[in-house]
Amino acid sequence: MIPSDLRDLYQEVILDHNKNPRNFCVLEHANHTAEGFNPLCGDRLTLYLAIDADQIKDISFQGSGCAISKASASMMTASIKGKTTHEAEAIFQDFHQMLSGKNQAANNPKLGKLSVFSGVSEFPVRVKCATLAWHTLKAGMETSGKVVSTEEENQNAS
Amino acid sequence: MKNNQVLNREAAFEVEQYRKDFPILEQKIYGKPLVYLDNAATSQKPQAVIDALIHYYSEQNANIHRGVYFLSEQATDAFEKVREKTKQFIHAASAKEIVFVKGATEGINLVAQSYGRTFLKSGDEILITTLEHHSNIVPWQMLCQQTGAKLKIAPINDQGELLLDEFSKLITSKTKLVAATHISNVLGTINPIKEMIRLARQRQVPVLIDGAQAAPHTLINVQDLDCDFYVFSSHKVFGPTGVGVLYGKSELLEKMPPYQGGGDMISSVTFEKTTYNTVPYKFEAGTPNIADVIAFGVALDYIAGIGMERISRYEQGLLRYATETLSKIPGLRIIGTAKNKASVISFVLTNIHPHDIGTILDREGIAIRAGHHCAMPLMERFGVPATARASFAFYNTKEEIDRLTEGIHTVLEVFGS
Repeated sequence: MIPSDLRDLYQEVILDHNKNPRNFCVLEHANHTAEGFNPLCGDRLTLYLAIDADQIKDISFQGSGCAISKASASMMTASIKGKTTHEAEAIFQDFHQMLSGKNQAANNPKLGKLSVFSGVSEFPVRVKCATLAWHTLKAGMETSGKVVSTEEENQNAS
Repeated sequence: MKNNQVLNREAAFEVEQYRKDFPILEQKIYGKPLVYLDNAATSQKPQAVIDALIHYYSEQNANIHRGVYFLSEQATDAFEKVREKTKQFIHAASAKEIVFVKGATEGINLVAQSYGRTFLKSGDEILITTLEHHSNIVPWQMLCQQTGAKLKIAPINDQGELLLDEFSKLITSKTKLVAATHISNVLGTINPIKEMIRLARQRQVPVLIDGAQAAPHTLINVQDLDCDFYVFSSHKVFGPTGVGVLYGKSELLEKMPPYQGGGDMISSVTFEKTTYNTVPYKFEAGTPNIADVIAFGVALDYIAGIGMERISRYEQGLLRYATETLSKIPGLRIIGTAKNKASVISFVLTNIHPHDIGTILDREGIAIRAGHHCAMPLMERFGVPATARASFAFYNTKEEIDRLTEGIHTVLEVFGS
């Protein structure tokens, strides 16, 4: 018997994106890249962005990590492709609020498919897994072509 | 005690009785009885240790080594008795060879900074192994940066066993220190430290042994081993956090400069010149962790009451059972299959990240470790970013291993594997 909170966390859509991540490749024509790293569990991802006049024309990622971080990266790429950087940042804000349990996904239709991550709010230590790709995206959009690391604060490697 | 009585006691390892000594084990997590399998990270504490802390602060608290009044003398006496108990626990020649520090990590740093900075120079080599915890890597890297010495790494095989021939070859005329773990915190491998020490000592190279993982599982005899330094932590042997032990041979401790300056480590101070106290006090600047040292002594008494040989034997039974049971789970691979192992099992599941295993087991009330276990170079050696690790203490049971197995089946179910 699988406890219901675990079912809410590991939804079919998340498991599917973990198994078959979308946009999981190197983007040859990327003009922005960023690296994300979670020292707590060793999750690591590289994000590739092709941004033209503030519009995310193309996006992809590579890396390894837990199901939550991998599915989150995969679904993020699918949801923001074609959006402007401004729109992507607004989605991240809503997404982050949902994970913090501040905003019920049901009340926020803007999140669309990303609302499958609402179960993460019941697992506070896993919020960082779900937001790793988004923090990396933010860093990638803010720099022009540079590789940055998004090591989050307050994480002990022990 | 008569022989047949001893045998009777041997026959039954009364784990259920011992479990009652550990109040935390009665807890429920998410409505399920706690199965605590992260003993390699820290051990749980028996009531006697918890009581000792309360007793100290309610009835004994005073600073030590200074007061001429009753309470101070009592606290000093209780504190120094633990030095004697620690000497017995690791079979040192003298209590003077026992330095109290805040943990195994500080013990290693003390040796690196006091011994290493005094006796190592540019071009010298420090030899460690692939099995080391970050705490037996980073202090030596820092020392290398400070002195210009070089760090050499002795390799292991795919089972996680040290390649003794390679280790031996790496000890050269340039080698000025060997630092190796007694038992790997990730793989459970028990290193052949007696032979390693012999090889190093043959060439007059001093050896530090990191015993953090060994102290809760096996008898330690530093004189028989002939190691120069041995470190371990109280919190891994059922004592409080914040206390560690550095054992050092007298003649080495004598020639080492102090690690930190302050009160208690001096004989006399003028503004022109300070004379240092004798060993081990020379290395214990400032008011030490009196309460926790005293409670650590109670933990050592508790272990002695059960007997380390009996603990080792019981744990080997748990290890065998867990290895057999877990090996049957489809897609599960045990990382670290040394012939000589302590009760630690690292494993991975095909296509399931250890962090996800950890979260799902947690909801079943099972506490394991998922991650790189502060041994990132070792993870790299096995080509995995992380592992899940179950580590057993003498208070764990076969029933708990069955719960772990069921939990892993839940993991497989969640992931549809």
